[in-house]
Formats: sequence, C-alpha cells, structure tokens
Amino acid sequence: MPIQVRIPAPLRKLTNEQELVPATGANIGEVLTNLNTAYPGLFERICDESGNVRRFVNIFVNDEDIRFLEEKATPLKEGDEISIVPAIAGG
Amino acid sequence: MSEQQTFFSNLKCRECGRLYPKEAIHICEFDFGPLEAAYDYDLIAKHINRDVIASRPQTMWRYRELLPIDGAPTVGAQVGFTPLVRADRLAKHLGVDELYIKNDTVNYPTLSFKDRVVSVALSRACELGFKIVACASTGNLANSVAANAAAAGLTSYVLIPANLEKSKIVGSLVYGTQVIAIEGAYDQVNRLCSEIAGKYGWGFVNVNLRPYYAEGSKSMGFEIAEQLGWKLPRHTVIPMASGSLLTKIHKAYKEFIKVGILEEQPFSVHGTQASGCSPISEAKKKNSDIVKPVSKPDTIVKSLAIGTPADGYYAIRSMNETGGSAEDCTDEEVIKGIRELAEYAGIFAETAGGVTVACARKLIESGKIPRNESIVLCITGHGLKTQEAIHGHCGEPRIINPSLREFEALIANDAAVLQAQN
Repeated sequence: MPIQVRIPAPLRKLTNEQELVPATGANIGEVLTNLNTAYPGLFERICDESGNVRRFVNIFVNDEDIRFLEEKATPLKEGDEISIVPAIAGG
Repeated sequence: MSEQQTFFSNLKCRECGRLYPKEAIHICEFDFGPLEAAYDYDLIAKHINRDVIASRPQTMWRYRELLPIDGAPTVGAQVGFTPLVRADRLAKHLGVDELYIKNDTVNYPTLSFKDRVVSVALSRACELGFKIVACASTGNLANSVAANAAAAGLTSYVLIPANLEKSKIVGSLVYGTQVIAIEGAYDQVNRLCSEIAGKYGWGFVNVNLRPYYAEGSKSMGFEIAEQLGWKLPRHTVIPMASGSLLTKIHKAYKEFIKVGILEEQPFSVHGTQASGCSPISEAKKKNSDIVKPVSKPDTIVKSLAIGTPADGYYAIRSMNETGGSAEDCTDEEVIKGIRELAEYAGIFAETAGGVTVACARKLIESGKIPRNESIVLCITGHGLKTQEAIHGHCGEPRIINPSLREFEALIANDAAVLQAQN
C-alpha cells in the first residue's frame, strides 16, 4: 500500500479536487518534492523559499506532528498516512 | 448610520497581503497565512467618533463599523460592554497604584469573552447562509456557540476534548446542541475540525469563519479604552491560548488611534500562560519568534491548553512591538490567583483568570510592569465553569446544629469577627 497524503481544501485546486493522493518517498521532504512533479506548485505552497515547511502549516504522519519527529527528515514507510493541516485558532 | 453600509471590503492574507472575497475561507492558498478582515478606515473615520459611539446601546455592537459583518448583527446583539472595575483592594495587595479588572466573567449570555467572537461569527454565518454551525472548543467557545445558535435557531455541533470540566460539558448540552467529545487533546480536536470543516459545508466558527470570529475579540479592547475615559491603560495583561485575544486587543487599540478616536499614546500588551502549556511564553522569554509546540499539555487551565497556538507568532510580535512581556505560572499559583481575585476584588474567575492574576504579580515584582502605571487585567471567564479546579482549596463550611449555643461557641474568638472589629 503506497503512502497516502491528505490534501487540505485550500490546496485541492492543484490536485484536481482530490482529497487523498498517493505518493512515494523515503521521508517527508522527498514526498513533498515528488508530489510537486505530479501536482506542480504544491511544494511552494507548503514550503518557503528556503525549502522549510511554512510557519502556518502543520504536517502529521499517522497523527503525530512532524515537529515532534524529525521534521522534513521524518522517515516514512509503505501505508503511512500524511496529513497537511493549516493552523487554526483557539477555542 | 446606514445598517447596510459596509465598512469591511475584503479578506486579506496577513503574510503576503493577497486579497480574497468575504467568504467562509480562512487561509491563504499560497502560503497558508491566516486571512484577516480588511477595512476602509478612511470611511470609518468619517462615520464614528466618541459622541456617536457613546450615544449607542451599551453592547459590543456600538463599535459595529470596526466589526466584519455587512448588515446589522442578527446573533448576540446584547453581548459585551462588561464592567471595567477599579480594584483598589487588589491593587494594594499587589503593591500597585492603579489597577482595573475587565470583567468578562459576566459577559452575556454564557459568562466568557467567547460570546464576543461568537456573536460576530454567527451573525456572519447567517449572512453567508449557513444553517449548521460548529466549533472546536476547550469549553467556553462550545458553551457560547450552543447558546447563541439556540437563540438564533441554528443547528450546532460542538467538538470538545472528552476530559473537559463537567460544568463546561453540561453548559453546552443544556442548549440542545450536538456535543461530540473526542478522546484526545484540544490540538487533536482542532485538527479533526480542520479536516471536516470543508467537507460538510458547515460554518465552523474557529475554522472557516475564523477571520470573522477572531475580530470579535477587538471589542474587549474598544470597551477598555472607552470605559477608561477614552484612553489606553499603560499595561494590559491578557491570557493566551492560541494568542488571538492578545493580538486583537492590540489591534483594537491601534485601530482607535488610526480612526482618530484616540491620540497616539504608549501602551504595552503582556501575555500570560500556564507553565504546563506555555509555548508562546517560552518563545518570548527566549527572545525567539519560533513557537515550539507542546505535545502533551499538562495543566488545570484547560481553556489555555493549546499546544500548537495558531497565533503564537503574531502574539509575540504584538508584545515586541509594544514593549510587552510574557509570563507563565504553576497550577498552584493559578489557584492562589483565583482566590486573590475573589478575596480582594469580589470576582470569581475561571482558571485562566488565575493565570492572569498570578502572572501579573510576577510582571510587577520583576519590574516589567512599573508599580505607578495603570494596569488592566483581562479576566475572560467565570469561575463557576471550572469549580473542580479549586475544590478543596478554599476551605469547607463549618457545620452546626440549629442551636444558638453552638453558634455562640463557634463565634467566640472567631478570627473573622476579630479582624472586622480591628
């Protein structure tokens, strides 16, 4: 089973409105780069000019925030599910 | 004032400035920056001044031109204008000259500042045609969405962490809302809501309605300035969960200056958190603007327990711009703070209020707030909502039989009587 990436609503224009897309890569950084080949423009929405994940983007691997793992170097295996989630307000 | 005149023109990305239409969207498609309401301040300056505002009903809607809805408010028209109380006994206790409490424990209808944001968010939700509204909440927001939606005849769903205080859960259920309790921390509830918000076409007040919701907090700042006699306190001490309230009070003060209601004047906004979840305070103390998330918040102050604060970066910027500081305190200090506010000002606050009092004390003692300058403490929710937190920390009633003899035995040499007579 390939790695699945859950695309947030604001980025679905780039994925032909697909909510869940398959991806390949040994870590988060590679997945983001590979996704950009399939869906041009996706990488720059998620990462800034220096290639770092933007301040208001949260990325989760199987429900764990990658900032608590190894950030963009977080290793991935088949079947992992990645979520890209915008930061949201308090309550 | 024409009810139909619109003073806010667009939504605007706080990061890159791109403009968006005034719809139920909350982040920029290009950099994920939060969208914020953009206003026509020149037009607003022509429509409001101190006299115009003062002539209106005493609710948060007296500042309507600076709130992001198109028509007249349809939900929560009576919210706000809570008392600003001069607290001389508490001032003396803390060793300062001029101290005020902005008392949102008595906000209408659900006893917390969240009624302000919900009034704006649901009024806007009606303008945008939503029939179902929802929120992710640590309790207060859920109470307010449930109550205001009930009054307005909207269907509501509130999603909360399953371990919330009982009063906050009952305080939602009673309005007939759909309460969904999630086995997880608030940040996980938040994430789930972010994923489902777009899917069902609901108006999530703190997700896709966030640009409208967040602006409601400004009314607390407008009221403070008006109630102080059209001037700003030198210091405003504000609790931080996501950090949004602090940035919006800062914005309110700046907007009053921008539209000519106030003159330029120095002011500082200070932010407070509980040590068991203090990502913003920690970053600010390290002089950094990188807010390191807290994976497992551990504090009795559940209403501030947000490990990934969305507005942390902007809150730090507001503190830096105004020469403010951040502080945090232990759960023990929170309980002491709640008791001090009750015993010296007669105000029973929830745990977040205890945080603000305890941290204000630290800021005063460290000299970050000079003792001779004016201070406002923002107290955002009522203590009846978090009674569990102080249960067993403020004594027990003394029980006697209905007998005069027993009463006299009890009262002889009673400390409270002796103290009152001295």
